[in-house]
Amino acid sequence: MPRRHTERITSPAATTVGRITTTGRRLPGEGGLTEVLQLLVNGLAAGCIYGLIALGFVLIYKATEMVNFAQGDLLMLGAFAAYTYIGLFGLPYWLGFILAVLSMAIFGFTLDAVVLRRVIGQPQFAVVILTIGLGFIFRSAATLIWGPDIRTLGTPFSNSISQFGPIVIPDVNLSIIGGTLAISGVMYGFFRYTKLGVAMQAASQNQLAAYYMGIPVRLVFSLIWAISAGVATVAGILLAPVSLIDPSTGFIAIRAFSAAVLGGFTSLPGAVLGGLIIGVIEQFSALYLDEGFKDVAAPVVALIVLAVYPQGLLGQRQRKRV
Amino acid sequence: MAEPLLQVRNLETYYGPIVAIRGVSLDVHAGQIVTVLGANGAGKTTILKTISGVMDPQKGTVLFEGRPIQKMNPDKVMRLGISHVPEGREVFPFLTVQENLAMGAFIRHDRAGIARDTDMVCDYFPRLRERFKQPAGWLSGGEQQMLAISRALMARPKVMLLDEPSLGLSPLLVKEIFEIVLRVNREQKTTILLVEQNANVALNVADFGYVIEVGRIVMEDTGPRLLEKDDIKEFYLGLKEQSARGGRRWKKRKTWR
Ligand SMILES: Nc1ncnc2c1ncn2[C@@H]1O[C@H](COP(=O)(O)OP(=O)(O)OP(=O)(O)O)[C@@H](O)[C@H]1O
Ligand SMILES: [Mg+2]
Repeated sequence: MPRRHTERITSPAATTVGRITTTGRRLPGEGGLTEVLQLLVNGLAAGCIYGLIALGFVLIYKATEMVNFAQGDLLMLGAFAAYTYIGLFGLPYWLGFILAVLSMAIFGFTLDAVVLRRVIGQPQFAVVILTIGLGFIFRSAATLIWGPDIRTLGTPFSNSISQFGPIVIPDVNLSIIGGTLAISGVMYGFFRYTKLGVAMQAASQNQLAAYYMGIPVRLVFSLIWAISAGVATVAGILLAPVSLIDPSTGFIAIRAFSAAVLGGFTSLPGAVLGGLIIGVIEQFSALYLDEGFKDVAAPVVALIVLAVYPQGLLGQRQRKRV
Repeated sequence: MAEPLLQVRNLETYYGPIVAIRGVSLDVHAGQIVTVLGANGAGKTTILKTISGVMDPQKGTVLFEGRPIQKMNPDKVMRLGISHVPEGREVFPFLTVQENLAMGAFIRHDRAGIARDTDMVCDYFPRLRERFKQPAGWLSGGEQQMLAISRALMARPKVMLLDEPSLGLSPLLVKEIFEIVLRVNREQKTTILLVEQNANVALNVADFGYVIEVGRIVMEDTGPRLLEKDDIKEFYLGLKEQSARGGRRWKKRKTWR
């Protein structure tokens, strides 16, 4: 099924809808409750992807006050890594999944230890330029290694659907929602209950004090980059059957950025919540509003929410007391 | 007397081109409370930061239990047994009191011992127990200071570096905190290097004191004797009018050498 290139890149979510429900404009009420529920589920699935990418933004921002504009490109590299293990080497899906996540975690760790650590404390401007530059490098590298063509990743969820009463949901979307729930649960447990997780929070909140506690802060920051790259890879693999894989797959992160902003940019639950909201709103605006609206829905919603809650939905309101 | 637990020799530390301490030497014997007094910008914080490894000195040595530790990373220094309670408390604002204490024990792995010490610090500062599950950012300034001290104690340090614990606290609270600092020193045998502007409270608990001015030690003596000195009374206890950079002070300085 040939689809327009730009359309696929800018709105993977909309194509999901397009495939399953409808394209073009509809009037409210038409199709009824079933369709609304179906849209909702699809929106949640798209929102989960945004949420996972937003998690990466927030993790890195909280720890190092860097906005990683290459987050989407980590997702793209992760998807290519999975394609390499599963599609090229012929490994089983789950083995390839795990290997891809591990490889990308190591990549993220190394990236921080070798490159990004050097710009901590430099002006924001330098950091922004550096991560944007890294994004370019990753896309060029991907084009060189894997070529500019669109790749597909066969997954156990591709091309099958599940039926819940009148609602039909593609298994790909269920896998995205399930995967995001699992990641969120693991992250919650990790940051809340493990010593290393709490130490990561500590190092993010007060770097100097973390040094005083004997926390190896640099190692911790590199580990945060590893987690961030690993989560981006999970998102990339979950997204692969919907969006396919090519060097520009990572541009989806532009919407996820709105999600992170919406959630407050400092809150992990906020990132997921922001992602879900934006995913759902995009679905409904694609259906009920004119074509152009779904592309601006994410930033517009983020702007409106920020006008009301300048800290974002779940942003940390209190600052450090002196 | 035995060799000092902590020996600082001719320490010189810079912020870029700006010299902050110029050849400071001081001794801290095991079991003592030693205080460093000085006005704003005298270089007190810089001394502590250089000892705990957050800053590297240009010259000089820091010996802890006889081995040089200058230029060591702060986490290494901490593992050797030196805990730093930084100026301005520096608690982890979004972690609970409990989690802050757990971070104080980051380098330890003895669960039972950590639980015992958590109980111990909560006995010293009962208010922390009341606020155990609250984020540290919700605590008052005084409670945050209690938490910062407790967090440092959680590492079971041999030496605790205390940077201006009285900063911004009411006299009553300062008294309360210093009583406990003294108790910790006596009961836990924790050696304490205390940096203060509040000479009165500091000298009341200190065995030995140094006075630092613009990066140099200008006077040293036992706590009680320092309390009796006219210069101390005048400049730090505010018994006479203060003249921070006046000519009178310049003349007096000779008598300090
Ligand atoms: N980050 C910095 N950059 C440049 N100079 C600094 C910095 N921090 C301190 N200084 C300078 O170093 C000198 C010593 O500062 P330090 O913080 O050690 O003083 P202090 O005795 O702790 O003062 P206070 O009682 O105000 O805490 C001061 O002259 C100060 O201006
Ligand atoms: Mg100071």
